[in-house]
Amino acid sequence: MSDEQFYHALKVDEDTCFGCTHCMHDCPTGAIRLRNGKATIRKDWCVDCGECMKSCPVDAIYVEQDDFIEIFSYKYRVAIVPAVFFGQFPENISEERILSVMNELGFTHVFQAEHTVDIINEVILEFQDTKPEKPLISSFCPAIVRLIQVKFPALVDHIVPVKPPIDASAAFYKYLLIEKGATAEEIGIFYVTPCAAKIAAVKSPVGDDQNYVDGVINMDFLYNKVYQVLKSQTNTSSTIKQAAFPQLTSKGLKWSLTDGEADHMKGRCLAIDEIHNVIDFLERLENEEISDVDFLELRACDQSCAGGVLLSGNRFLGVERLRNRARALENKTFQTEELESFRNFIKKNIHLESLSPRSMMKLDEDMSAALKKMQRIRHIMCFLPGIDCGACGAPNCQSLAEDIVRKEAHLSNCVFIQRMMEKTRKLSPDHAIRLIENTWGKDRLDKDCKKKGAKNEGM
Amino acid sequence: MEFKYDVEGGNFAKAGHAASAVKKVLKQLNVNPKVIKRVVVALYEGEVNVVAHAFKGRIIADIDPSRIYIKIEDQGPGIPDIDLAMQVGYSTASSKVREMGFGAGMGLPNMKKNADKLQISSNVGKGTVVELTTYFNS
Ligand SMILES: Nc1ncnc2c1ncn2[C@@H]1O[C@H](COP(=O)(O)OP(=O)(O)OP(=O)(O)O)[C@@H](O)[C@H]1O
Ligand code: SF4
Ligand SMILES: [Mg+2]
Repeated sequence: MSDEQFYHALKVDEDTCFGCTHCMHDCPTGAIRLRNGKATIRKDWCVDCGECMKSCPVDAIYVEQDDFIEIFSYKYRVAIVPAVFFGQFPENISEERILSVMNELGFTHVFQAEHTVDIINEVILEFQDTKPEKPLISSFCPAIVRLIQVKFPALVDHIVPVKPPIDASAAFYKYLLIEKGATAEEIGIFYVTPCAAKIAAVKSPVGDDQNYVDGVINMDFLYNKVYQVLKSQTNTSSTIKQAAFPQLTSKGLKWSLTDGEADHMKGRCLAIDEIHNVIDFLERLENEEISDVDFLELRACDQSCAGGVLLSGNRFLGVERLRNRARALENKTFQTEELESFRNFIKKNIHLESLSPRSMMKLDEDMSAALKKMQRIRHIMCFLPGIDCGACGAPNCQSLAEDIVRKEAHLSNCVFIQRMMEKTRKLSPDHAIRLIENTWGKDRLDKDCKKKGAKNEGM
Repeated sequence: MEFKYDVEGGNFAKAGHAASAVKKVLKQLNVNPKVIKRVVVALYEGEVNVVAHAFKGRIIADIDPSRIYIKIEDQGPGIPDIDLAMQVGYSTASSKVREMGFGAGMGLPNMKKNADKLQISSNVGKGTVVELTTYFNS
């Protein structure tokens, strides 16, 4: 297993997790195992896509965030907010009102993440002209970047070496305030994130050295805070303390939605959203079943960032609102002078260092050893029943077999093998129960009428 | 170690299934991604040829620490002139196959390019055997 540690924002709340198998079965990289009645996430296999969180019936998987109070350790408190944040609010609540509430909550500056998309677009177009290996794959969605690193190592070189808007915007705003006389220590840049992947990318950036983000705030947390204030307001007029809040262009509004990037690149561009769709497509791309595509926009969430795990409300309505707003702004350009004067600075700072593959698939570094392990896996599969029930704590029989050769599980973890062993008197019933308890927690099989769906649920 | 996959003639929806399975195995064996790519591209072309030109086939992949050997054997019309078939752009693909986006006459040349060794033998009216070998440390 790799020594490299990657920060993951997805955490399991052990008090809430009651050990069902939903997340384990839904994880697209098979990174979840059940141990002692709780879900555990394998760090080097997790790509932070958030599918586990979406599938959890009791909200036991959460996204770790920085304490909101932390913003007050800075004199200048900047929120970098993606457009989808505003897309969650009903049409009758204006951006100005939301902004004024954010000022009230303590942010001295609010800047939308997508203000730098024009520059990013320009740099990617220039890069396309250098005739790189086709297709170029966008680096926008960090869950996809990690997915490619662990599952499609041969495609790592296709990722565009240009940072996503959030990084560019954070860097820009920090330097803007410094230009205006603030010191670097006085400035706190807080990113309002729609997902776990973006946090993970901010905390342990892939192939990156400098990091301009000082903290992360979950979008659902901020949404609730803002909404609460809005609800209690009787006066709907807004008082914005911040001087100018530049308007996003139509392109900026749509950038994080599906087709947001693909619509603006050169040649044949495709946009694919939802991680299983992406995996299926990348499989085919690797086989060269698909060729002649110039640019690929790949996003882990259905409806892209409008479907991020930390968004509140319906993703389709969010998309509709942003598209409506974008339509009204079609063909309008809002050049903020400040952005223009920082153009070269931003261009210089959005180069993404080269990424390295970190395949999670290999059974062993050494090929002969890996071959032996594979032989054992195939042998073990002769005995496992192929039911893929998950009762062993692994998502399917194949995973259990692989875990066994990795020395992370035993053949007797399979409940059907246990039955066979009992039949041949190789296993006592007491021992069998202990094995079950190792996977599913102590007293798991005792009668419990308070569990979900049972007659005294919630009492 | 040996792996076997069946290929169904005419079923384009499943073409690529053996290539994907072999790819997964090679990734698990920690083979260099560039070598994997060459193997998979060649195998995919061979698999599609069975789907496009033959009735049914079987793929056997044999892996040892130094190389992968793949044998694609089919029951089908066979190839009367193998040298001709190997030429870039030569294709007898039906219009139905062309509609599926195949039939550029690039498959066999592409296999030759990507495999370290390629051997084709054919029995007209009976079938074709394509053998591919790729070394891992090339
Ligand atoms: N397994 C096979 N059985 C019968 N004929 C074959 C077989 N494989 C190839 N051929 C013949 O060889 C020709 C050239 O094959 P090749 O794979 O190079 O091109 P293609 O399959 O026609 O088109 P493409 O591979 O570019 O989609 C085919 O058109 C066909 O006539
Ligand atoms: S699509 Fe957007 S919200 Fe979803 S994981 Fe990727 S960056 Fe995050
Ligand atoms: Mg062909």
